[in-house]
Amino acid sequence: MATLDDVASPKAKRKLTGYWLILPGALWLGAFFVIPFYSLISASLFNPKGSPLTGYNMSWHFHNFVSAIDQYHAEIIRSLVYAGIATLTCLVVGYVLAYAIAFKAGRWQNLMLVMVIAPFFTSFLLRTLSWKLILSDDGKVVSFANWIHLTNVLHWVHLTSTDDRLLATPFAVIAGLTYNFLPFMVLPLYASLEKIDIRLIEASSDLYASPIRGFAKVTFPLSLPGVVAGTLLTFIPAAGDYINATLLGDPNTRMVGNVIQGLFTTQGDFANAGALSVILMVIIVGMVLVYVRTAGTEELV
Amino acid sequence: MSQVHEAPAGVSAPSGSRDLILKQLTKEYATFTAVKSLDLVVPQGSFFALLGPSGCGKTTTLRMVAGLETPTSGTIHLGETEVTYDKPYRRPVNTVFQNYALFPHLNISKNVAFGLERRGVIDVKRQVAEMLELVELTSQANKKPAQMSGGQQQRVALARALINKPEVLLLDEPLGALDLKLRRGMQLELKRIQTEVGLTFVHVTHDQEEAMTMADTIAVMNQGVIEQMGAPNELYENPKTTFVANFLGQSNLIGGEIEGRDGDHVKVRVQGALASIPTDRAHSESGKGWLGIRPEKVLIAETGQPIDAPGDVITGGYITDVSFVGVSTQYMVKMPWGQELMVFEQNTGARRMLPVGTKVDISWRPEYAFLLDASQDAKAGIEEE
Ligand SMILES: Nc1ncnc2c1ncn2[C@@H]1O[C@H](COP(=O)(O)OP(=O)(O)OP(=O)(O)O)[C@@H](O)[C@H]1O
Ligand SMILES: [Mg+2]
Repeated sequence: MATLDDVASPKAKRKLTGYWLILPGALWLGAFFVIPFYSLISASLFNPKGSPLTGYNMSWHFHNFVSAIDQYHAEIIRSLVYAGIATLTCLVVGYVLAYAIAFKAGRWQNLMLVMVIAPFFTSFLLRTLSWKLILSDDGKVVSFANWIHLTNVLHWVHLTSTDDRLLATPFAVIAGLTYNFLPFMVLPLYASLEKIDIRLIEASSDLYASPIRGFAKVTFPLSLPGVVAGTLLTFIPAAGDYINATLLGDPNTRMVGNVIQGLFTTQGDFANAGALSVILMVIIVGMVLVYVRTAGTEELV
Repeated sequence: MSQVHEAPAGVSAPSGSRDLILKQLTKEYATFTAVKSLDLVVPQGSFFALLGPSGCGKTTTLRMVAGLETPTSGTIHLGETEVTYDKPYRRPVNTVFQNYALFPHLNISKNVAFGLERRGVIDVKRQVAEMLELVELTSQANKKPAQMSGGQQQRVALARALINKPEVLLLDEPLGALDLKLRRGMQLELKRIQTEVGLTFVHVTHDQEEAMTMADTIAVMNQGVIEQMGAPNELYENPKTTFVANFLGQSNLIGGEIEGRDGDHVKVRVQGALASIPTDRAHSESGKGWLGIRPEKVLIAETGQPIDAPGDVITGGYITDVSFVGVSTQYMVKMPWGQELMVFEQNTGARRMLPVGTKVDISWRPEYAFLLDASQDAKAGIEEE
């Protein structure tokens, strides 16, 4: 008699199990993504006449976006340029490093990996502050850079404002970004290079590909998932970063992160700050979509 | 199997030819010598098979010829040109890898075109299309390797190497993953291509039947050295070591005392009977020896019945096992000295099958027997299954 029930209930239970398993994730997303996202969007549409003291009205004030772009487009572009240069530098340096770890390090492989991660053991802030000391005007790095005329070259390409210092220049900010986000580039690159079967590289050389052609035709294409993941993990946080510009830059190197931070904390202009945040987010999401499309990798990492 | 080559060992290449010549080639790994002082001449345009059990150094030898492994010592020549230390991409040598090594990010036609494109050949498209036609993969041209079956991948690997028409094509068990029918087809196809294009093929295989049907010359390799080399029938009929005798087909090896040479024969006393072996088949002339005889060369008859053989008849055996395999019947015969001999008899219909327990006499034609040095293990080369 109980047959029907017995057959039916395990199925129903199994269906419910799925939902129960999703629940923690859904709660997490709700609490830490949907709610903040909603409040950010509504802040971007606040009436700018309000203030933190008197409170804001959510008034569908789309003009916030126009005024934010109008006032801060220089910082937005600067952020994208700095983050772009830092990402490219990270890609070149990180690729060489990841390649060396994956294929050439032999028994030093684990040690080298630990060394890549080791900086995370101290605070981001502290490490950036110490770059201030390293790049200081009377420091050894500056005098060495002077000696090899690096400072002149940097001045010539407009990465520094004078030809005798490094600190408080675009160069210092970009160097800081590169340094701080390098591990985010190296690790995904390493992961995808390490997966490559050496025998494929052997096969390419058996088929008349010199090491350089072999790299271009086999190794690099096979590491593309790592390249995409690494550049995204570097570019996205770098574009929104404000610590490096604060500690290593000057007012002329302000990035959009600095502006948003200033608007939220000191100026109390929530409307503009919200609008600017949304703009940055839209730009980055747009760029990422285009990039991932063109790189043609569905499978990241 | 068409033409039989003059014994390649030690023959130096006539100038102008592009024989593949390995001289004292050795590869040592930290704790292990994979290839020991290998001497080998593969005549230009021949189909050469390297046959041997797993781990005997076949792949290592091919990798050295391809340039993927640097020899510890010894040299590799293509005709007059030394290529021992040439980079792999500078050698006119291509490989069909044991594990295929297809490029996973490229589709099948791109994989096949790879070598031609690197050399800037024109009309790549046409050649790729022809090659895919040849390996019957035209309809799969746009698939990625991961979307293909093992046998299809193997054919792609073959096409990718073959399309370059290299002077020497190295094939590392290229047909291992194919089913029997496809395998026979590809064997014929490979052989046809090889004779048509006149490339030198070095074909590694486990499969002795494949080696014997395809190759002009077979080298049997064991533990890093070449045991024997020659035309398939020569190797089969006149093995020089117990390993070859057992690895290539099956053999009965009977212990005996060698009495010495008598004209163009060597006399050996086997269990009371005296056998004479032609000197070119006797690979030992004194002391103890193994008298070898292939199971299908052993003649058998019920005790008392006549046997059609000029040699001594050995009596006193009885049949312990009979298996019927269609074209032939395989008997196990327990001899008076306790050894079991294998006897294969064609099912000509002249006589009924002998049942287990039958008392039998056996004999063989002395010109089919061979004599080996008894210092070798009589069981060497028998594949444990
Ligand atoms: N890099 C290496 N280091 C140490 N030993 C190795 C190395 N490569 C191969 N060998 C050893 O060398 C021997 C020969 O290997 P090889 O791959 O040439 O065998 P094979 O004849 O091709 O066998 P199979 O038929 O199974 O493919 C093996 O015993 C193997 O363990
Ligand atoms: Mg092998």
